[in-house]
Order: sequence, then structure tokens, then C-alpha cells
Amino acid sequence: MKLDATALDSSAALIPSSAALIPSVGGDGVFAAPSFDLPSCDDFDGFQKNAKETLKHAKGTTTLAFIFKEGVIVAADSRASMGGYISSQSVKKIIEINPYMLGTMAGGAADCQFWHRNLGIKCRLHELANKRRISVTGASKLLANILFSYRGMGLSIGTMIAGWDEKGPGLYYVDSEGGRLKGNRFSVGSGSPYAYGVLDNGYRFDMSVEEAAELARRAIYHATFRDGASGGVVSVYHVGPDGWKKLSGDDVGELHYKYYPVQTTPVEQEMAEAPAA
Amino acid sequence: MECVFGLVGDGFAVVAADSSAVHSILVHKSDEDKVMLLDSHKLLGASGEAGDRAQFTEYIQKNVHLYQFRNGIPLTTAAAANFTRGELATALRKNPYSVNILLAGYDKDIGPSLYYIDYIATLHKIEKGAFGYGSYFCLSMMDRHYHSGMSLEEAIDLVDKCIMEIRSRLVIAPPNFVIKIVDKDGAREYAWRKSIKSD
Repeated sequence: MKLDATALDSSAALIPSSAALIPSVGGDGVFAAPSFDLPSCDDFDGFQKNAKETLKHAKGTTTLAFIFKEGVIVAADSRASMGGYISSQSVKKIIEINPYMLGTMAGGAADCQFWHRNLGIKCRLHELANKRRISVTGASKLLANILFSYRGMGLSIGTMIAGWDEKGPGLYYVDSEGGRLKGNRFSVGSGSPYAYGVLDNGYRFDMSVEEAAELARRAIYHATFRDGASGGVVSVYHVGPDGWKKLSGDDVGELHYKYYPVQTTPVEQEMAEAPAA
Repeated sequence: MECVFGLVGDGFAVVAADSSAVHSILVHKSDEDKVMLLDSHKLLGASGEAGDRAQFTEYIQKNVHLYQFRNGIPLTTAAAANFTRGELATALRKNPYSVNILLAGYDKDIGPSLYYIDYIATLHKIEKGAFGYGSYFCLSMMDRHYHSGMSLEEAIDLVDKCIMEIRSRLVIAPPNFVIKIVDKDGAREYAWRKSIKSD
């Protein structure tokens, strides 16, 4: 398969390519447009396309949450992207549904904000009607049922509902396809595979709050390092028996130099002034 | 990549399913239970789109319970299967559910039975069946080794053979499986076959 390079050099178009590479002595010493063989396969340019496309439309963010001995840690980045344009570096992706329940945002920002606010309203109505707080199971089921009824209509939401209720810490993953999963550890967004790698490896059930927060911070940082659609500020929240509390918000640029401080390289060769002759 | 398969033995029926909850290249969970206890003597193994699977099977389960509350007696397996198929058929031309189902049950006078219900509302009463990519390996294995009136040990051995085959031959094979059985003593979980421990 020869690459058609005639457009590159119009002056050489008239000369047949077979005589191109060897200038004939005394004859027409003008080179024709060079062309080179490409491997003969079906779709050379599209080889990796499939792998890249699979993750392209994934929700451009990194969020994670996990249950451990002291409750639930919830962490997220703060970048909003529109294709290749970073539209904001300071988006609040952890939404406070009520004082003891948090939701994370991945996918369409408007969808997540609206439906989490709506969930907060429904949870409050449940409290007033039943004189007791709604469980995390119930809240996530409410949201999942709403999203299921809108399936196929283009909502894009990948959220985790984390909270502490009578049964202890609870964590559910709910998405706009109507899926709902109960689990101990989740990460959602385009940076989630990177975050999973760090999170899965460092996770232990019996960690202190500081260790768990540091694990979450580290996992989000590594995801923002590799994923272009994640960045900004890492927010880490902790949900305990008395409700949620924001633990930290660190810029990932600063975290980078904290984890990998610049090392002064030894000078190999130093230029010195030549002695005056 | 979801696999559900089942077969009927001597006085029991067994349904096995993988337990991975997957989203493009990510495995969110590898201990998701996809075989639901429909009522005391029925199992519903489902595979399909995440939201549809959970929501549709719960809808069927609640309606089966409602029938029992209203009428004082439980539905037969055949009735439950036909009800499920009817719901899929009604939704098919408007708002289809992408779920494939194997419904197994035990009735006192009929014995064990297994029904194959696919996402376009096909219904068949069968002795052995399978859904998903795993079916390409399981169906021929079950055809080869199955005979009617298998004992529990023989049936579980066949199920294990199928799981081994899926694990070794299917690219991106699910690591963990759940096996449930239903017989005169009711529907219950028989075993998990785990090759990845998840906390």
C-alpha cells in the first residue's frame, strides 16, 4: 500500500516514481515525490481506535468511595471538560444530599446536580412522613427507580450514594442505565481504572481515617496524572456515625511535587570561560 | 460476557450464573448474585443489561408474591414462566427489556422443570439450556454428558465441568459463579465457585 504523497510536492508530479530515488547522472536529476510502503493490513490507522473509543465517551472525571472500619471515604477530582477543552477546574463533584449522605457526580453535571437535589427532597419527605431517616438502601433505590424510568432518554449519570444509617456504613453505585450495585469499593469515571489500580492495592479494612483519606487522595491524584479528563482539586470527605465531614481539598499540581519532589541533578559538565588567550 | 445455564435432574433443577457486574472494561463487582429466589420453590437466573436485569426480575418477583397474597396459593412454575413471557412480550414493541431468563421450579405434582425465556419473549420448556457467550461451550457439553434423571452429584459435576470450560476457553471469562438448586425442600443457594476473592 503506497502512501500517496503527490499532494506534498506538486512539482514532482510529472516524473514517474520508479525513477525517483536514483538521480540519473546527466539526465533529469529531479527527485519525484517519495513514497514508502505501508504494511498491508485492513485498517492501519484504525488499529488502536477501538480500544481508545471504548473509553472515550466515558464520564470525564474520577470519583471513588470505599467502606472501611471507620465509615465511608468519598473522594473526587474537580475538572469539567467539554471534549478537549477544560471548562472548569473547580467543580463540586461531591454533592451533599443531607447531613449524613453524600452523592458523587460523574457524567452530565446538570443531570447529577438536579437528580441529587431531587433525591434530597424525596429523602426529606420520607423523614417527615415516616418520622425516621431514610436508609442508604432506600435512597439509592429511589434514585435507581427514577433513572430506570428515564432510560434511553439520554440522561448520563454515574453516581455513588454513600451514607451512614442504622445498619452502619452503606455504599451503592447507581447509573443512568438503571443499574444499582451494593458494594464496598467503587470508582466511577474515565479515570476510574487508574484509581482502582492504586485503591485496590492499598486497601485494608482496618485503616485509620487519616490512612484511608491518604489512600483516597493518592488514588485520585494518580488518576488525574494519567487521565486528561480529570484534574483540578482532590476533595476527600469522610462519612461517620455523626454524618459527613470534609477532610481536605488539595490541588493535584501541588500534590505532584509533594509526592515526587524535584531532585537537584548533579552537574555533569560545567562550561567554564576559556582562559583569555 | 454473562453466562447463565441450568439443567433438570432427578427431583431437582439447578441454575448457575456468573457473578461479574461489568461496565465496558471495568469489573465493578465480582460477587453479584444474578440468580434470584422468585419464591420458596422457584429460581430465576437472568442475564442482560444491568438496569433491566435487576428491575425486571424484581418486578416479576413482586407480582408472583402478589398473586400468592391475593389467592392464598403460589403460582405453578409454568404459570410463572408464562406470566414472565407475557410481560416481556407486552413491553417488546414499545419499551423492550434486554434480559434473558432461565426459570427453574419445583411443583409437587409435576416435579422439577426449567423454562428458557429470551429477550424477545420466546418461551420453551427444556431439560438443559444456557445463555451468553458461555453457552457456546456449555450447550455442547451438556448435550454430550446430560441424561435424564441425573443425581445431584452428577449434575453438579457437569455444572463444574461447564464452569471449567468457560474459565479456560472464554476470553475475559468471569472468575466467579454462583450455583443454586431447587427441589422438594425449596430453592436455595448450593455453592459459589470463586477464583477471585472479593471483600
